[in-house]
Amino acid sequence: MALEDICSFKDKPLQRWFPLSALETDYHNLELESLKTTQINGGIPQHIFMPPFPPTNLFISRSTSRSAPSNYSPTVERPFPLTHGTTTLGFVFQGGVIAAADTRASAGGLVACPAVHKITPIHSHLVVTSSGSGADCMLWERILIREIRLYELRHKRRLSIRGSAKLLSCMLHPFKGTNVCVALTLCGWDKEGGSFGMVIYVCSDGARLQGDIISVGSGSPYAYGVLDGGLSWSLSKEEAISLAREAVFRATHRDAYSGNNVDLFHFMN
Amino acid sequence: MEYLIGIQGPDYVLVAADNVAASSIIQMKHDYDKMFKLSEKILLLCVGEAGDTVQFAEYIQKNVQLYKMRNGYELSPSAAANFTRKNLADYLRSRTPYHVNLLLAGFDESDGPGLFYMDYLASLAKAPFAAHGYGAFLTLSILDRYYKPDLTREEAMDLLKKCIEELNRRFILNLPSFNVRLIDKDGIHDMEKIAVGTK
Repeated sequence: MALEDICSFKDKPLQRWFPLSALETDYHNLELESLKTTQINGGIPQHIFMPPFPPTNLFISRSTSRSAPSNYSPTVERPFPLTHGTTTLGFVFQGGVIAAADTRASAGGLVACPAVHKITPIHSHLVVTSSGSGADCMLWERILIREIRLYELRHKRRLSIRGSAKLLSCMLHPFKGTNVCVALTLCGWDKEGGSFGMVIYVCSDGARLQGDIISVGSGSPYAYGVLDGGLSWSLSKEEAISLAREAVFRATHRDAYSGNNVDLFHFMN
Repeated sequence: MEYLIGIQGPDYVLVAADNVAASSIIQMKHDYDKMFKLSEKILLLCVGEAGDTVQFAEYIQKNVQLYKMRNGYELSPSAAANFTRKNLADYLRSRTPYHVNLLLAGFDESDGPGLFYMDYLASLAKAPFAAHGYGAFLTLSILDRYYKPDLTREEAMDLLKKCIEELNRRFILNLPSFNVRLIDKDGIHDMEKIAVGTK
C-alpha cells in the first residue's frame, strides 16, 4: 500500500462514483488538496473513508452535508454475528512495557478460530493489541501501519506513539456512529515515553486514553481484578510476565468469549 | 457519570471536574483531566460522549489560538463562548452532532470573571454558578442556598467541598478525586486536588 502511494501508482478511477466534495471530512493527510484531485487515495478505495449513509438519521440534513452516492446500497444483514469478545491488556513497569492477549476469535457462541494473533507489531517500536470486530481491527491495523510508514518516509523520523494514537483516532472519527468496532491498545516505546514506554487506548467511539494499565475486551474486568491487586512499578521482568499471563488466564476462565492461549510481548528500552 | 461545577466570584471563577475516564462499567483512568486551556485566562470544561469531547474541545481550542495568531489579541470569554455555541448549533442538525456538555470559565480585563453554561443542544447561559452531570441534581440546591455574589475565595472553596461531600454521600457512583482550578486576573491557577478523605 505504501509503496503504491509513493510511486503515485494510478488505480482505476473510483472518483466518479462519489462527488469530490464528499472527501471534505478529516482525512488527516497534509496533502489533502492534492489527494482530492488525484485518482487514488493511497490504494484504499474511497468508499472505505466514506461512512455509509444510515437511513435512521434523526436530523434533517441540510444542503451543506453530502448527498448520497447514486449506487448507495442499504446495510446488509449479516449471516452470522461479528467476531467480538476478547481479553487484551497492556501495562508499563520499571522493566518496560508488557502486552498480553488471549487467542480466541468468537462469533456469537462459536469459536471461529482458536489461534488468532491479537497482538500485531506495527513498527519497530510499536505493537498494537486489538479487540472488537476482528475484520475491522485487521483493516485498521494495516491502515495504521501504512500511515506510520508513510510518515517516516516523508519526514525522516519515526512518528511518536502519541502521534500514532492521535492519527488513528482522527482517521476513525468519520466512522463514529457506524458499525465499525475497533478498540486498539498501542504499546511501545519512544523517546517521549522516557525510558519506560507508553500504553495508549484508542477506540472507534473516539476515546483516546493514555494510562499505565489498560485492559480491553469482554474479559477486561476480570483481568483488571488480577492486575490491580498484583501490579506495582518495581516488579521484576519475570514477575510482570507471570502476572500478565495470570491476568489473561483468569479472564479466559471466567469469560466465555476469551480463551485458548495467551500471547505475550515484552518491550524494553 | 461525569461531573462539572463552576462558581463565579467577584473577581475570580472557581471550577472543578472529576477525574474519571470510564468505559461502560470500568474506570479506565483515575487521573483524567477534563479541562482544556483555551487561552491564558479561559478554560473549557467538557464532558459527554467519548470521542466527541476531545475532538470538539480541541477544535475550539485550536481555533481560539488561531484567532490570537491572526489578530494579535485574544478572544474574550464571552466571544469564545458564543463561538463555541455557534459551532455546537451548526453541527446539531448535521449528520454528526456533537454530544457534549460544556462549562466555559474565563476572566476578561473589562468585563471581569464569567462562567458560561452550554449543553449539547447548543444553549448558552451566563450564570453565577453551574454544574453538569447527574451530580448537578444533588448539588445545585446547595449552591442556591449558600451562594452569595461576594464570596471570598476560601468561602468558594468551602462551598465546592460541601458540594463534593454531598456527592460522596449520596451519589451512587464513586468519583474519588476532582481537579480544581481558579481563574483570576493573573491567569489560571491549579488548586489542590480534592480527593475522598481530604478535609
